[in-house]
Amino acid sequence: MSTPYAKLPAWADYGLIPVINLFVAFVVAGFVVLLVGENPFRAAVILVEGAFGRGTGIAFTLFYATTFIFSGLSVAVAAHCGLFNIGGEGQGYIAGLGIGVVCLAFDSVLPWWLTFPLAIIASAAMGALWALIPAYLQAKRGSHIVITTIMFNFIAASVMVYALVGFLKPAISMAPQTRTFLDGAQLPKLNWVIELFGAKIRSAPLNVSFLLALVMAYLVWLLIWRTRLGYEMRTYGHSPKAARYAGISEIRIVIVAMMISGALAGMMALNPTMGDQHNVALDFVSGAGFVGIAVALMGRLHPVGIVLAAILFGMLYQGGAELAFEMPAISRDMIVIIQGLVILFAGALEHMFRPYIQALFASISPKAVGIEAVKGKGA
Amino acid sequence: MDIFTAIVQILDSTIRLSVPLLLACLAGLYSERAGVFDIGLEGKMLVGAFAGAAAASVLHSALLGLGTAILISVAFALIHGFASITHRGNQIVSGVAINFIAAGSTIMLGQHWFQQGGRTPALAPGERFEAITWPGVDAVRGVPIIGPIYSELISGHSILVYIAFLMVPFTWWVLFRTRFGLRLRAVGENPAAVDTAGISVAWLRYRALICTGILTGVAGAYLSMVQNGGFVKDMTAGKGYIALAALIFAKWKPVNAMFACLLFGFLDALSIRLQGTPLPVIGKVPVQFMQALPYVLTVILLAGFIGKAIPPRAGGVPYVKER
Repeated sequence: MSTPYAKLPAWADYGLIPVINLFVAFVVAGFVVLLVGENPFRAAVILVEGAFGRGTGIAFTLFYATTFIFSGLSVAVAAHCGLFNIGGEGQGYIAGLGIGVVCLAFDSVLPWWLTFPLAIIASAAMGALWALIPAYLQAKRGSHIVITTIMFNFIAASVMVYALVGFLKPAISMAPQTRTFLDGAQLPKLNWVIELFGAKIRSAPLNVSFLLALVMAYLVWLLIWRTRLGYEMRTYGHSPKAARYAGISEIRIVIVAMMISGALAGMMALNPTMGDQHNVALDFVSGAGFVGIAVALMGRLHPVGIVLAAILFGMLYQGGAELAFEMPAISRDMIVIIQGLVILFAGALEHMFRPYIQALFASISPKAVGIEAVKGKGA
Repeated sequence: MDIFTAIVQILDSTIRLSVPLLLACLAGLYSERAGVFDIGLEGKMLVGAFAGAAAASVLHSALLGLGTAILISVAFALIHGFASITHRGNQIVSGVAINFIAAGSTIMLGQHWFQQGGRTPALAPGERFEAITWPGVDAVRGVPIIGPIYSELISGHSILVYIAFLMVPFTWWVLFRTRFGLRLRAVGENPAAVDTAGISVAWLRYRALICTGILTGVAGAYLSMVQNGGFVKDMTAGKGYIALAALIFAKWKPVNAMFACLLFGFLDALSIRLQGTPLPVIGKVPVQFMQALPYVLTVILLAGFIGKAIPPRAGGVPYVKER
């Protein structure tokens, strides 16, 4: 056990191990399906068909994926800086406040392509603000970011309830939600893109915020691997001591990384509010911030991986809805279990199979895992 | 007199509301003192609540229900241990995973077994823990001041309430007066030293997590078998996180933990009581403000404005033997 987690070839590290972990998570989920007396293989077929079988399914899958790309990127940016931002849920929720105010103010005056940028700024600003306080407390006063961001999730929930039953809802209405946004704050649908490929779509909420999510994924890649700031963040994430020695300001880097993370989490609120429901309602985030953790872990903190993982989870959400419809014994809560299992196996237990795979590689090709170098013969 | 009765009533519901927090908080105390962060308290309470109510309604016995709650909750604690101790995974990630699995599986299995939308059947009188009436309650009830305090506050709770409060001195004794407790605290501060002394760090941390599982199981059983008479989906509703906040607020000390939980329970009781009624001087306080107060207080504490909360030093770090 002298070198517990030695190097594997990159394709095994970024491809094989996540796939194995995912596979195990699904096998365990299969047992749960078996436990409620259904056939797991049939369930898997229904799930995949429901997600990708028809145009409408694909559009829904991508719609769900949009939100998860944002929340996954949010977790990843913080994680590259060695910070665990578990507060995406709250940052996204509070961003709804910014979106609500902007949309209610401008939806009758401006066209959507002017409201949208304003709403992006408002949501990012609110999310960043909500991450700023925990970041400041971590950097300056040494309080643990995980705990403070959890606390801020609950505080955000209270603030939003206060706002939604208070000044955001129309005076005459009882429901704790804003009035329906007018055309000026409704994002155009993207369904025609899928229809170009010949599929038919009845009504699906896939909208332009999907494109924004892809742009953000590219920008995050640029930030982390192609800018000085990203380099500093990764340095701090690997070794705060080394970063300090290199003259990187600890306070600045923690606060900047968390604010970017919070801004990304904030932007995830655009998709369900302006893109789908056309209002800001109670609890509209509904756990997407936490899904981001699973997505980021699954995607190995790389934007490409995150987009793929987000689509996978989008598939689970859409296919899961179909599954609940086809198999009454399986409710949508099955998705929550699968999420948990993915987080467990791809996150907490990510090293479980590594020693075996390593041994396998070592027996096939010792060079690949650097055995020779350790023995002092090579390099 | 009216004000006095109101105060006694608020204090009574304070006790009822703080019991699950207290049990979960003490549960967290064991694992965090041993150097294992546990944000899976919420999930373990939830599976405990579900397993307890389900077993009690099927087996028609409150005690068997409690036993099942503890068993399942310990099993989840061991999953956390398997991931974070044996495989040195990230403790927070593992806790998040447990919360997810608990939230999903309780509803799924509940729906499958009982077909009541994720609920368990309402528990009959013998299947839940009944309130215990202390001797002499009727005789004392008429006495001013002492009467209501004795008959309302002290008497008339279920056995789990008394167990919860007895766990406070017991936990203090275990942690600060036994060899196990000394080692448990040591493993949270400096596992290498414990390892050097020839004691297994992993086994010690596993035992701490088993204690955590037992207590979260009792906490869950309290929710579904005392407070509510049946399991309702997501019935923990963030109590695990409040308990975590209370643990920090208490600076990882058992007696402080009791006061922190009583404070948070009191805030909860007050916010229920004060819904809509204006206070003197301050005016009307929004319910949401009262609900957010425990979290706000914890953040302020964490920021170091009310003393300083210093966590166990090895907390959150998986132990790797010297190479």
